[in-house]
Amino acid sequence: MNIDAIRNGIVIDHIRAGGGMEIYRLLNLEALDCSVALIKNVQSAKMGRKDIIKIDRTLDVDLDALGYIDPDITINLIRDGELIEKHHPELPDRITNIIRCKNPRCITTTEQELKQVFKLTDRKERVYRCIYCEARAK
Amino acid sequence: MRSLIDILELTVGEIDELIETACDIIEHPAKYKDACRGKKLATLFFEPSTRTRLSFEAAMYELGGNVLGFSEAQSSSASKGESVADTVKVVSCYADIIAMRHPKEGAPLVASMKADVPVINGGDGGHNHPTQTLADLLTIRREKGRFENLVIGLCGDLKFGRTVHSLIAAMSRYEGVKFVLISPEELKLPGYVKRDILKKGGVEYLETTDLERVMPELDVLYMTRVQKERFFNEEEYVRLKDSYVLTPEKLRAAQETLSILHPLPRVNEISVAVDDDPRASYFRQALNGKYMRMALILKLLEVSA
Repeated sequence: MNIDAIRNGIVIDHIRAGGGMEIYRLLNLEALDCSVALIKNVQSAKMGRKDIIKIDRTLDVDLDALGYIDPDITINLIRDGELIEKHHPELPDRITNIIRCKNPRCITTTEQELKQVFKLTDRKERVYRCIYCEARAK
Repeated sequence: MRSLIDILELTVGEIDELIETACDIIEHPAKYKDACRGKKLATLFFEPSTRTRLSFEAAMYELGGNVLGFSEAQSSSASKGESVADTVKVVSCYADIIAMRHPKEGAPLVASMKADVPVINGGDGGHNHPTQTLADLLTIRREKGRFENLVIGLCGDLKFGRTVHSLIAAMSRYEGVKFVLISPEELKLPGYVKRDILKKGGVEYLETTDLERVMPELDVLYMTRVQKERFFNEEEYVRLKDSYVLTPEKLRAAQETLSILHPLPRVNEISVAVDDDPRASYFRQALNGKYMRMALILKLLEVSA
């Protein structure tokens, strides 16, 4: 399968196989009018299989959000057909409005326009907890 | 400006200071009778709680301050749909400090982020109840004379019992403390408390369903009520509520120096016949709660006697 190389844009590589669609939705890529390729189950020496997203446009991506969803991905910035920057997002210490608290007793279920904030409480186990009720993110 | 939402926001040193102040209040009450003259405490209780609210109010009156507030959500603007944030912003205009109880977990944290005055968490659902823990700590200190090297039995609902989780977190910071966790299988201490506090801190603990077997080992026995309001399922509550009832017979195997604590209210988990036993510390514990709340109000308002 051939996908054209992009000249100015972003390549999100090393996405866990099957996780591409989640990132596609998170970054709201369906709203873009440029070429966007989501390639699933690509052979990878390092990962076995992986997903890749190519976006033929520059845009600000929320590295914290990507780091939370898949901290192993690589973000490549392409200018004039050349790779100019490579980012490895870290597991962020805090994430805001990316996931919602599922605890029915949490204040976020009733308080108007309260930000949904989660903090990283165990980096090794990748555990996030709601800052209000401390329920573990699911 | 500082608030108190979670007991772990206080360092061991700060807890020592609060205990020292509380002990000084006990010895020299007259010294403190005007300490908060002209100050107002707002008690915002979105969920009924006789004891915690009255304890806060008594604390403020004994410091010479005044009290305003409400004792249930129905008599507040919350019944009209007002947010916690708006309520505390308005109350900040009228009071110098807020004590809040709310059925939703995290509500006092939201309040502390929005209020212009200190907020004390008076209990948020099944989550935190730091001033109860302060009462527990002063009681342990006064009854046992120390925090270190104690075997603390926690009995009853260890799953939903927020006072138990906070007490474990607070007491785990002292050397040589061992916990004996006594509960039915269904109400065992949640895995995250064991993992994040006990295992991480290298704290010794034992889990059992048999209170009588471990009774002789205990320096402190902390009894809890199986709380109806924490169950979504009535049947499950009825099945578990009578799991442990402390009676004079069961206490025969206990040490002479045991201290029996209970955050109160009790339903039937401690027989009334135990109340006359000198080891029963739970009514003294309720009194200690008032002294610790006095010490906390002084600290957060940054006033001294």
